[in-house]
Amino acid sequence: MIEIRNVWKRYGDNVILENISATVAEGEFITLVGASGCGKSTFLRMLLGTDVPNQGEILLDGKTIADEPDAERGVVFQQYSVFPHMTVLENVIIARAFEKTHLGFLWGKRKRAARDEAMAMLETVGLSHMAARYPDELSGGMRQRLAIAQALILKPRILLLDEPFGALDPGIRADMHALVLSLWRQHKLTVFMVTHDLAEGFHLGTRLWVFDKLRLDPQAPNRFGAGITYDLPVGQCEPELLQEIDSGLSSSGQELVS
Amino acid sequence: MKRLINQQPTRVWGIALSLLPFVFLLVLYVTASDARLAENPQDKLLPSFSQMGEAMQRLAFEPSKRTGEYLFWQDTLSSLQRLGLGMAIAAGLGMLLGLSTGAFPVAYSGVAPLLTVASLIPPMAILPILFIVFGLGEVSKVALIAIGVTPFVARDIQKRCLEIPREQLVKAQTLGANSGQIVLRVLIPQLMPRLIDSLRLSLGSAWLFLIAAEAIASTDGLGYRVFLVRRYLSMDVILPYVAWIALLAFVIDFALRKLSLWAFPWQENRS
Repeated sequence: MIEIRNVWKRYGDNVILENISATVAEGEFITLVGASGCGKSTFLRMLLGTDVPNQGEILLDGKTIADEPDAERGVVFQQYSVFPHMTVLENVIIARAFEKTHLGFLWGKRKRAARDEAMAMLETVGLSHMAARYPDELSGGMRQRLAIAQALILKPRILLLDEPFGALDPGIRADMHALVLSLWRQHKLTVFMVTHDLAEGFHLGTRLWVFDKLRLDPQAPNRFGAGITYDLPVGQCEPELLQEIDSGLSSSGQELVS
Repeated sequence: MKRLINQQPTRVWGIALSLLPFVFLLVLYVTASDARLAENPQDKLLPSFSQMGEAMQRLAFEPSKRTGEYLFWQDTLSSLQRLGLGMAIAAGLGMLLGLSTGAFPVAYSGVAPLLTVASLIPPMAILPILFIVFGLGEVSKVALIAIGVTPFVARDIQKRCLEIPREQLVKAQTLGANSGQIVLRVLIPQLMPRLIDSLRLSLGSAWLFLIAAEAIASTDGLGYRVFLVRRYLSMDVILPYVAWIALLAFVIDFALRKLSLWAFPWQENRS
Protein backbone atom coordinates (compact mmCIF):
# COMPACT_ATOMS: atom_id res chain seq x y z
CA MET A 1 0.00 0.00 0.00
CA ILE A 2 2.76 2.44 0.94
CA GLU A 3 5.99 2.59 -0.98
CA ILE A 4 8.95 4.63 0.21
CA ARG A 5 11.52 5.28 -2.51
CA ASN A 6 15.00 6.62 -1.72
CA VAL A 7 13.82 9.28 0.69
CA TRP A 8 16.35 11.89 1.87
CA LYS A 9 15.73 14.66 4.37
CA ARG A 10 18.10 17.53 5.18
CA TYR A 11 17.78 20.67 7.23
CA GLY A 12 20.50 22.97 5.94
CA ASP A 13 23.77 21.07 6.25
CA ASN A 14 22.32 18.52 8.64
CA VAL A 15 21.37 15.28 6.97
CA ILE A 16 18.56 13.74 8.98
CA LEU A 17 17.51 10.77 6.89
CA GLU A 18 19.44 9.17 4.08
CA ASN A 19 18.20 6.96 1.33
CA ILE A 20 15.29 5.23 2.99
CA SER A 21 13.35 2.69 0.96
CA ALA A 22 10.67 0.32 2.16
CA THR A 23 7.34 -1.17 1.25
CA VAL A 24 4.45 -1.48 3.66
CA ALA A 25 1.39 -3.65 3.14
CA GLU A 26 -2.12 -2.82 4.32
CA GLY A 27 -2.76 -3.85 7.92
CA GLU A 28 0.86 -3.86 9.11
CA PHE A 29 1.74 -2.48 12.54
CA ILE A 30 5.17 -0.91 12.29
CA THR A 31 7.09 0.33 15.28
CA LEU A 32 9.83 2.90 14.71
CA VAL A 33 12.59 3.03 17.32
CA GLY A 34 15.90 4.85 17.50
CA ALA A 35 17.97 7.26 19.55
CA SER A 36 16.48 10.71 20.06
CA GLY A 37 17.18 13.04 17.18
CA CYS A 38 17.65 10.21 14.71
CA GLY A 39 14.83 11.30 12.47
CA LYS A 40 12.08 8.84 13.26
CA SER A 41 9.64 11.65 14.09
CA THR A 42 10.70 13.48 10.93
CA PHE A 43 9.86 10.34 9.01
CA LEU A 44 6.46 10.16 10.66
CA ARG A 45 5.82 13.81 9.78
CA MET A 46 6.51 13.02 6.14
CA LEU A 47 3.94 10.22 6.28
CA LEU A 48 1.54 12.71 7.88
CA GLY A 49 2.18 15.35 5.25
CA THR A 50 3.46 18.15 7.49
CA ASP A 51 6.98 17.67 6.11
CA VAL A 52 8.21 16.65 2.67
CA PRO A 53 11.31 14.71 1.57
CA ASN A 54 14.12 16.66 -0.16
CA GLN A 55 14.70 13.75 -2.47
CA GLY A 56 12.79 10.58 -3.24
CA GLU A 57 9.09 10.04 -2.76
CA ILE A 58 6.50 8.36 -0.61
CA LEU A 59 3.70 6.71 -2.57
CA LEU A 60 0.29 5.80 -1.24
CA ASP A 61 -1.49 3.37 -3.60
CA GLY A 62 0.94 4.37 -6.34
CA LYS A 63 0.35 8.13 -6.01
CA THR A 64 2.56 10.65 -4.19
CA ILE A 65 1.22 11.04 -0.66
CA ALA A 66 -0.63 14.36 -0.06
CA ASP A 67 1.66 17.09 1.29
CA GLU A 68 -0.86 18.27 3.88
CA PRO A 69 -2.72 16.24 6.52
CA ASP A 70 -6.06 14.70 5.56
CA ALA A 71 -8.73 12.41 6.95
CA GLU A 72 -7.08 9.32 5.49
CA ARG A 73 -4.25 9.51 8.03
CA GLY A 74 -5.20 9.75 11.72
CA VAL A 75 -2.65 10.94 14.24
CA VAL A 76 -2.00 10.89 17.99
CA PHE A 77 0.82 13.08 19.36
CA GLN A 78 2.52 12.79 22.72
CA GLN A 79 0.50 15.79 23.91
CA TYR A 80 -1.79 18.61 22.72
CA SER A 81 -3.74 16.17 20.57
CA VAL A 82 -7.18 17.03 21.91
CA PHE A 83 -9.09 20.30 21.90
CA PRO A 84 -9.10 21.80 25.41
CA HIS A 85 -12.24 23.88 24.87
CA MET A 86 -14.49 20.94 24.02
CA THR A 87 -15.86 18.25 26.32
CA VAL A 88 -14.70 14.69 25.81
CA LEU A 89 -17.84 13.90 23.82
CA GLU A 90 -17.57 17.03 21.67
CA ASN A 91 -13.94 16.18 20.95
CA VAL A 92 -15.11 13.00 19.23
CA ILE A 93 -18.24 14.44 17.59
CA ILE A 94 -16.24 17.26 16.03
CA ALA A 95 -14.79 14.92 13.39
CA ARG A 96 -18.29 14.19 12.05
CA ALA A 97 -19.16 17.88 12.24
CA PHE A 98 -16.14 18.73 10.06
CA GLU A 99 -17.09 16.00 7.63
CA LYS A 100 -20.82 16.68 7.31
CA THR A 101 -21.24 20.47 7.50
CA HIS A 102 -19.66 23.52 5.91
CA LEU A 103 -19.09 25.48 9.10
CA GLY A 104 -18.47 22.59 11.46
CA PHE A 105 -21.65 22.75 13.57
CA LEU A 106 -24.00 19.75 13.75
CA TRP A 107 -27.69 20.12 14.62
CA GLY A 108 -30.74 17.95 15.28
CA LYS A 109 -30.89 14.45 13.88
CA ARG A 110 -27.36 14.40 12.54
CA LYS A 111 -26.04 15.59 15.89
CA ARG A 112 -27.91 12.79 17.69
CA ALA A 113 -26.54 10.20 15.27
CA ALA A 114 -23.00 11.52 15.72
CA ARG A 115 -23.44 11.55 19.49
CA ASP A 116 -24.51 7.89 19.55
CA GLU A 117 -21.57 6.92 17.37
CA ALA A 118 -19.16 8.95 19.52
CA MET A 119 -20.51 7.40 22.73
CA ALA A 120 -19.94 3.93 21.28
CA MET A 121 -16.36 4.94 20.43
CA LEU A 122 -15.80 6.31 23.94
CA GLU A 123 -17.19 3.05 25.31
CA THR A 124 -14.50 1.12 23.38
CA VAL A 125 -11.69 3.21 24.84
CA GLY A 126 -13.30 3.19 28.31
CA LEU A 127 -14.11 6.89 28.61
CA SER A 128 -17.92 6.93 28.43
CA HIS A 129 -18.19 7.92 32.11
CA MET A 130 -16.12 11.05 31.37
CA ALA A 131 -18.12 12.22 28.35
CA ALA A 132 -19.17 15.56 29.88
CA ARG A 133 -15.74 16.50 31.28
CA TYR A 134 -13.13 18.79 29.76
CA PRO A 135 -9.67 17.42 28.80
CA ASP A 136 -7.99 19.40 31.59
CA GLU A 137 -9.88 17.28 34.10
CA LEU A 138 -8.56 14.00 32.65
CA SER A 139 -5.40 12.12 33.53
CA GLY A 140 -2.65 11.80 30.92
CA GLY A 141 -3.69 8.25 30.01
CA MET A 142 -7.34 9.24 29.62
CA ARG A 143 -6.36 12.14 27.39
CA GLN A 144 -4.43 9.78 25.12
CA ARG A 145 -7.41 7.41 25.02
CA LEU A 146 -9.52 10.35 23.97
CA ALA A 147 -7.02 11.31 21.28
CA ILE A 148 -7.17 7.76 19.94
CA ALA A 149 -10.98 7.69 19.96
CA GLN A 150 -10.99 11.03 18.15
CA ALA A 151 -8.52 9.81 15.54
CA LEU A 152 -10.45 6.61 14.84
CA ILE A 153 -14.01 7.93 14.52
CA LEU A 154 -13.55 8.76 10.83
CA LYS A 155 -12.04 5.31 10.19
CA PRO A 156 -8.72 6.41 8.71
CA ARG A 157 -6.72 3.79 6.80
CA ILE A 158 -3.46 4.80 8.43
CA LEU A 159 -2.91 5.64 12.09
CA LEU A 160 0.27 7.53 13.03
CA LEU A 161 1.35 7.51 16.68
CA ASP A 162 4.19 9.84 17.71
CA GLU A 163 5.44 8.59 21.09
CA PRO A 164 1.83 8.42 22.23
CA PHE A 165 2.59 6.80 25.59
CA GLY A 166 5.93 8.47 26.30
CA ALA A 167 4.56 10.55 29.16
CA LEU A 168 2.56 7.76 30.83
CA ASP A 169 3.23 5.50 33.81
CA PRO A 170 4.38 1.94 32.97
CA GLY A 171 1.17 0.37 34.30
CA ILE A 172 -1.07 2.64 32.28
CA ARG A 173 1.19 2.12 29.29
CA ALA A 174 0.47 -1.64 29.33
CA ASP A 175 -3.27 -0.91 29.28
CA MET A 176 -2.79 1.45 26.37
CA HIS A 177 -0.83 -1.20 24.44
CA ALA A 178 -3.69 -3.64 24.85
CA LEU A 179 -6.14 -0.98 23.68
CA VAL A 180 -4.13 -0.03 20.61
CA LEU A 181 -3.64 -3.67 19.62
CA SER A 182 -7.33 -4.47 19.90
CA LEU A 183 -8.33 -1.35 17.93
CA TRP A 184 -5.77 -2.18 15.27
CA ARG A 185 -7.26 -5.65 14.79
CA GLN A 186 -10.84 -4.44 14.98
CA HIS A 187 -10.47 -1.58 12.46
CA LYS A 188 -7.85 -3.28 10.23
CA LEU A 189 -5.60 -0.23 10.41
CA THR A 190 -2.12 0.30 9.12
CA VAL A 191 -0.23 1.66 12.12
CA PHE A 192 3.09 3.51 12.38
CA MET A 193 4.19 4.07 15.95
CA VAL A 194 7.28 6.06 16.95
CA THR A 195 8.68 5.16 20.36
CA HIS A 196 11.99 5.45 22.17
CA ASP A 197 11.18 2.36 24.22
CA LEU A 198 12.66 -0.61 22.36
CA ALA A 199 10.80 -3.17 24.49
CA GLU A 200 7.54 -1.49 23.51
CA GLY A 201 8.49 -1.87 19.87
CA PHE A 202 9.38 -5.49 20.39
CA HIS A 203 6.08 -6.81 21.58
CA LEU A 204 3.66 -4.47 19.81
CA GLY A 205 2.76 -4.90 16.19
CA THR A 206 4.14 -6.91 13.33
CA ARG A 207 7.28 -5.16 12.23
CA LEU A 208 10.09 -3.25 13.87
CA TRP A 209 12.18 -0.57 12.19
CA VAL A 210 15.33 0.60 13.91
CA PHE A 211 16.56 4.04 12.81
CA ASP A 212 20.27 4.65 13.22
CA LYS A 213 23.22 6.16 11.39
CA LEU A 214 24.71 3.85 8.82
CA ARG A 215 27.95 5.83 8.71
CA LEU A 216 29.41 8.08 11.33
CA ASP A 217 31.96 10.84 10.92
CA PRO A 218 33.16 11.83 14.41
CA GLN A 219 34.37 15.20 13.11
CA ALA A 220 31.02 16.02 11.53
CA PRO A 221 28.30 14.03 13.26
CA ASN A 222 25.53 15.62 11.17
CA ARG A 223 27.19 14.86 7.84
CA PHE A 224 25.43 11.54 7.53
CA GLY A 225 21.78 10.83 8.20
CA ALA A 226 19.99 7.84 9.64
CA GLY A 227 18.64 4.91 7.72
CA ILE A 228 16.66 1.85 8.69
CA THR A 229 19.34 -0.40 10.15
CA TYR A 230 17.04 -3.26 11.14
CA ASP A 231 13.73 -4.24 9.59
CA LEU A 232 12.52 -7.15 11.66
CA PRO A 233 9.32 -9.17 11.79
CA VAL A 234 8.20 -8.98 15.41
CA GLY A 235 7.86 -12.24 17.32
CA GLN A 236 10.33 -14.20 15.20
CA CYS A 237 13.67 -13.13 16.60
CA GLU A 238 15.66 -13.82 19.70
CA PRO A 239 15.88 -11.66 22.83
CA GLU A 240 19.66 -11.49 22.35
CA LEU A 241 19.15 -9.49 19.19
CA LEU A 242 17.05 -7.02 21.15
CA GLN A 243 19.94 -6.60 23.57
CA GLU A 244 22.37 -6.10 20.75
CA ILE A 245 20.24 -3.45 19.07
CA ASP A 246 19.67 -1.74 22.39
CA SER A 247 23.37 -1.43 23.23
CA GLY A 248 24.18 -0.40 19.65
CA LEU A 249 21.62 2.38 19.78
CA SER A 250 22.72 3.77 23.09
CA SER A 251 26.39 3.85 21.99
CA SER A 252 25.69 5.74 18.78
CA GLY A 253 23.37 8.02 20.69
CA GLN A 254 26.21 8.87 23.07
CA GLU A 255 28.58 9.56 20.23
CA LEU A 256 26.06 11.96 18.81
CA VAL A 257 25.78 13.81 22.07
CA SER A 258 29.48 14.01 22.84
CA MET B 1 10.71 31.65 62.35
CA LYS B 2 9.99 30.84 58.74
CA ARG B 3 11.59 32.77 55.94
CA LEU B 4 9.68 35.87 54.94
CA ILE B 5 8.93 34.44 51.48
CA ASN B 6 7.16 31.48 53.15
CA GLN B 7 5.03 33.45 55.57
CA GLN B 8 1.37 33.48 54.58
CA PRO B 9 -1.00 35.88 56.34
CA THR B 10 -4.08 34.22 57.82
CA ARG B 11 -7.40 35.05 56.19
CA VAL B 12 -8.35 37.71 58.72
CA TRP B 13 -4.90 39.25 58.63
CA GLY B 14 -4.92 39.18 54.85
CA ILE B 15 -8.15 41.19 54.66
CA ALA B 16 -7.01 43.56 57.41
CA LEU B 17 -3.71 44.19 55.62
CA SER B 18 -5.42 44.87 52.32
CA LEU B 19 -7.81 47.39 53.95
CA LEU B 20 -5.07 49.11 55.91
CA PRO B 21 -3.75 51.47 53.20
CA PHE B 22 -7.29 52.58 52.32
CA VAL B 23 -8.10 53.38 55.94
CA PHE B 24 -4.77 55.16 56.30
CA LEU B 25 -5.37 57.38 53.26
CA LEU B 26 -8.92 58.13 54.42
CA VAL B 27 -7.82 59.15 57.90
CA LEU B 28 -4.97 61.23 56.44
CA TYR B 29 -7.41 63.04 54.15
CA VAL B 30 -10.01 63.72 56.85
CA THR B 31 -7.38 65.07 59.26
CA ALA B 32 -5.80 67.30 56.65
CA SER B 33 -9.16 68.54 55.41
CA ASP B 34 -10.38 69.33 58.95
CA ALA B 35 -7.19 71.20 59.72
CA ARG B 36 -7.47 73.33 56.59
CA LEU B 37 -11.18 74.03 57.05
CA ALA B 38 -10.65 75.02 60.69
CA GLU B 39 -8.15 77.62 59.49
CA ASN B 40 -10.31 78.85 56.61
CA PRO B 41 -13.94 77.64 56.13
CA GLN B 42 -13.84 78.88 52.51
CA ASP B 43 -10.92 76.59 51.59
CA LYS B 44 -11.63 74.67 48.35
CA LEU B 45 -8.58 72.45 48.11
CA LEU B 46 -9.54 69.66 50.53
CA PRO B 47 -13.35 69.74 50.91
CA SER B 48 -15.00 67.75 53.70
CA PHE B 49 -17.08 64.69 52.90
CA SER B 50 -20.28 66.60 53.63
CA GLN B 51 -19.29 69.28 51.09
CA MET B 52 -18.64 66.59 48.51
CA GLY B 53 -21.98 64.99 49.40
CA GLU B 54 -23.79 68.29 48.85
CA ALA B 55 -22.08 68.85 45.51
CA MET B 56 -22.95 65.36 44.35
CA GLN B 57 -26.52 65.71 45.65
CA ARG B 58 -26.84 68.77 43.43
CA LEU B 59 -25.38 67.06 40.35
CA ALA B 60 -26.99 63.65 40.70
CA PHE B 61 -30.44 64.28 42.14
CA GLU B 62 -31.41 67.81 41.12
CA PRO B 63 -32.11 68.70 37.49
CA SER B 64 -29.67 71.22 36.06
CA LYS B 65 -31.17 74.74 36.01
CA ARG B 66 -29.87 75.32 32.50
CA THR B 67 -30.70 72.08 30.67
CA GLY B 68 -33.05 70.22 33.03
CA GLU B 69 -30.81 67.12 32.91
CA TYR B 70 -29.40 65.21 35.86
CA LEU B 71 -25.80 66.08 35.00
CA PHE B 72 -24.01 63.28 36.87
CA TRP B 73 -26.06 60.54 35.26
CA GLN B 74 -25.96 62.23 31.88
CA ASP B 75 -22.16 62.42 32.12
CA THR B 76 -21.89 58.78 33.15
CA LEU B 77 -24.17 57.62 30.36
CA SER B 78 -22.33 59.58 27.66
CA SER B 79 -18.92 58.41 28.81
CA LEU B 80 -19.94 54.77 29.09
CA GLN B 81 -21.52 54.91 25.64
CA ARG B 82 -18.32 56.25 24.09
CA LEU B 83 -16.17 53.79 26.01
CA GLY B 84 -18.42 50.82 25.18
CA LEU B 85 -18.66 51.66 21.52
CA GLY B 86 -14.93 52.28 21.20
CA MET B 87 -14.06 49.04 23.02
CA ALA B 88 -16.58 47.05 20.96
CA ILE B 89 -15.07 48.31 17.71
CA ALA B 90 -11.56 47.62 19.01
CA ALA B 91 -12.59 44.10 20.07
CA GLY B 92 -14.10 43.31 16.68
CA LEU B 93 -11.31 44.78 14.60
CA GLY B 94 -8.59 43.46 16.90
CA MET B 95 -10.02 39.94 16.74
CA LEU B 96 -10.35 40.11 12.97
CA LEU B 97 -6.80 41.37 12.43
CA GLY B 98 -5.20 39.21 15.12
CA LEU B 99 -6.98 36.05 14.03
CA SER B 100 -6.31 36.46 10.33
CA THR B 101 -2.63 37.29 10.81
CA GLY B 102 -2.24 34.53 13.40
CA ALA B 103 -4.01 31.86 11.40
CA PHE B 104 -2.94 32.56 7.82
CA PRO B 105 0.76 33.06 6.97
CA VAL B 106 -0.23 35.03 3.86
CA ALA B 107 -2.19 37.54 5.96
CA TYR B 108 0.69 37.66 8.42
CA SER B 109 3.15 38.69 5.71
CA GLY B 110 0.72 41.26 4.35
CA VAL B 111 -0.61 42.87 7.51
CA ALA B 112 1.67 42.17 10.49
CA PRO B 113 4.41 44.73 9.64
CA LEU B 114 1.79 47.46 9.15
CA LEU B 115 0.22 46.48 12.47
CA THR B 116 3.56 46.75 14.23
CA VAL B 117 4.17 50.22 12.82
CA ALA B 118 0.61 51.32 13.61
CA SER B 119 0.95 50.23 17.21
CA LEU B 120 4.01 52.46 17.62
CA ILE B 121 2.10 55.67 16.79
CA PRO B 122 0.95 57.36 20.00
CA PRO B 123 -2.85 57.62 19.56
CA MET B 124 -2.96 61.01 21.33
CA ALA B 125 -0.75 62.42 18.59
CA ILE B 126 -3.37 61.71 15.96
CA LEU B 127 -6.26 63.14 18.01
CA PRO B 128 -6.03 66.46 16.11
CA ILE B 129 -6.30 64.53 12.86
CA LEU B 130 -9.42 62.81 14.15
CA PHE B 131 -10.93 66.16 15.14
CA ILE B 132 -10.17 67.54 11.69
CA VAL B 133 -11.50 64.51 9.83
CA PHE B 134 -14.49 63.52 11.98
CA GLY B 135 -15.33 66.88 13.53
CA LEU B 136 -15.76 67.54 17.23
CA GLY B 137 -18.74 65.18 17.69
CA GLU B 138 -19.05 61.67 19.07
CA VAL B 139 -17.27 59.97 16.17
CA SER B 140 -13.82 61.38 16.89
CA LYS B 141 -13.95 60.33 20.57
CA VAL B 142 -15.08 56.80 19.77
CA ALA B 143 -12.51 56.65 16.97
CA LEU B 144 -9.70 57.66 19.33
CA ILE B 145 -10.53 54.81 21.71
CA ALA B 146 -10.91 52.33 18.85
CA ILE B 147 -7.68 53.42 17.16
CA GLY B 148 -5.79 53.45 20.43
CA VAL B 149 -6.88 50.02 21.60
CA THR B 150 -7.16 48.02 18.35
CA PRO B 151 -3.42 47.54 17.62
CA PHE B 152 -2.80 46.26 21.13
CA VAL B 153 -5.70 43.80 20.98
CA ALA B 154 -4.78 42.69 17.46
CA ARG B 155 -1.16 41.99 18.36
CA ASP B 156 -2.13 40.23 21.56
CA ILE B 157 -4.64 37.98 19.75
CA GLN B 158 -2.10 37.33 17.00
CA LYS B 159 0.45 36.19 19.57
CA ARG B 160 -2.08 34.02 21.39
CA CYS B 161 -3.19 32.49 18.10
CA LEU B 162 0.38 31.54 17.23
CA GLU B 163 0.75 30.03 20.70
CA ILE B 164 -2.03 27.50 20.14
CA PRO B 165 -0.15 24.19 19.73
CA ARG B 166 0.37 23.29 16.06
CA GLU B 167 -0.57 19.73 17.00
CA GLN B 168 -4.18 20.84 17.39
CA LEU B 169 -4.26 22.29 13.91
CA VAL B 170 -2.71 19.15 12.44
CA LYS B 171 -5.18 17.04 14.37
CA ALA B 172 -8.11 19.05 13.03
CA GLN B 173 -6.80 18.56 9.50
CA THR B 174 -6.55 14.81 10.01
CA LEU B 175 -10.21 14.97 11.04
CA GLY B 176 -10.94 16.47 7.63
CA ALA B 177 -11.38 20.12 8.64
CA ASN B 178 -10.89 22.91 6.11
CA SER B 179 -9.42 26.32 6.99
CA GLY B 180 -12.78 27.91 7.75
CA GLN B 181 -13.84 25.10 10.06
CA ILE B 182 -10.54 25.26 11.91
CA VAL B 183 -10.95 29.02 12.42
CA LEU B 184 -14.55 28.66 13.60
CA ARG B 185 -14.31 25.58 15.79
CA VAL B 186 -10.70 25.47 16.97
CA LEU B 187 -9.19 28.96 16.94
CA ILE B 188 -12.01 31.41 17.74
CA PRO B 189 -13.40 29.49 20.75
CA GLN B 190 -9.92 29.30 22.27
CA LEU B 191 -9.18 32.96 21.53
CA MET B 192 -12.40 34.37 23.02
CA PRO B 193 -11.19 34.29 26.65
CA ARG B 194 -7.90 35.79 25.42
CA LEU B 195 -9.86 38.60 23.81
CA ILE B 196 -11.60 39.36 27.09
CA ASP B 197 -8.24 39.35 28.91
CA SER B 198 -6.85 41.67 26.30
CA LEU B 199 -9.78 44.08 26.66
CA ARG B 200 -9.37 44.06 30.44
CA LEU B 201 -5.72 44.98 30.07
CA SER B 202 -6.44 47.80 27.63
CA LEU B 203 -9.31 49.25 29.66
CA GLY B 204 -6.93 51.60 31.45
CA SER B 205 -5.66 53.19 28.25
CA ALA B 206 -9.22 53.30 26.88
CA TRP B 207 -10.26 55.46 29.86
CA LEU B 208 -7.24 57.66 29.29
CA PHE B 209 -8.19 58.25 25.64
CA LEU B 210 -11.81 58.88 26.60
CA ILE B 211 -11.07 61.47 29.25
CA ALA B 212 -8.47 63.19 27.11
CA ALA B 213 -10.87 63.47 24.19
CA GLU B 214 -13.68 64.69 26.45
CA ALA B 215 -11.45 67.23 28.09
CA ILE B 216 -10.55 68.80 24.77
CA ALA B 217 -13.87 68.90 22.95
CA SER B 218 -17.16 67.81 24.46
CA THR B 219 -20.37 69.09 26.02
CA ASP B 220 -20.89 66.28 28.50
CA GLY B 221 -19.11 63.24 29.94
CA LEU B 222 -17.15 62.48 33.09
CA GLY B 223 -13.90 63.79 31.68
CA TYR B 224 -15.58 66.95 30.39
CA ARG B 225 -17.08 67.68 33.83
CA VAL B 226 -13.85 67.36 35.82
CA PHE B 227 -12.01 69.59 33.40
CA LEU B 228 -14.89 72.08 33.37
CA VAL B 229 -15.18 72.51 37.15
CA ARG B 230 -11.38 72.74 37.45
CA ARG B 231 -11.86 76.40 36.50
CA TYR B 232 -13.71 76.99 39.77
CA LEU B 233 -11.33 74.86 41.83
CA SER B 234 -14.31 72.61 42.60
CA MET B 235 -12.48 69.80 44.31
CA ASP B 236 -15.81 68.83 45.88
CA VAL B 237 -16.92 67.69 42.41
CA ILE B 238 -13.60 66.49 41.00
CA LEU B 239 -12.77 64.07 43.82
CA PRO B 240 -16.13 62.21 43.80
CA TYR B 241 -15.97 62.04 40.00
CA VAL B 242 -12.50 60.50 40.09
CA ALA B 243 -13.67 57.98 42.69
CA TRP B 244 -16.69 57.19 40.51
CA ILE B 245 -14.50 56.64 37.44
CA ALA B 246 -12.30 54.28 39.44
CA LEU B 247 -15.37 52.39 40.66
CA LEU B 248 -16.77 52.09 37.12
CA ALA B 249 -13.43 50.81 35.86
CA PHE B 250 -13.30 48.25 38.65
CA VAL B 251 -16.87 47.06 38.01
CA ILE B 252 -16.27 46.69 34.25
CA ASP B 253 -13.06 44.72 34.88
CA PHE B 254 -14.80 42.48 37.43
CA ALA B 255 -17.75 41.89 35.11
CA LEU B 256 -15.46 40.94 32.20
CA ARG B 257 -13.56 38.47 34.37
CA LYS B 258 -16.79 36.85 35.59
CA LEU B 259 -18.11 36.75 32.04
CA SER B 260 -14.98 34.95 30.87
CA LEU B 261 -15.18 32.30 33.58
CA TRP B 262 -18.91 31.81 33.05
CA ALA B 263 -18.85 31.66 29.27
CA PHE B 264 -15.72 29.51 28.93
CA PRO B 265 -15.83 26.94 31.73
CA TRP B 266 -13.10 24.82 30.11
CA GLN B 267 -10.40 27.27 31.19
CA GLU B 268 -11.35 27.12 34.87
CA ASN B 269 -8.62 24.68 35.79
CA ARG B 270 -5.91 26.64 34.04
CA SER B 271 -3.50 29.08 35.62
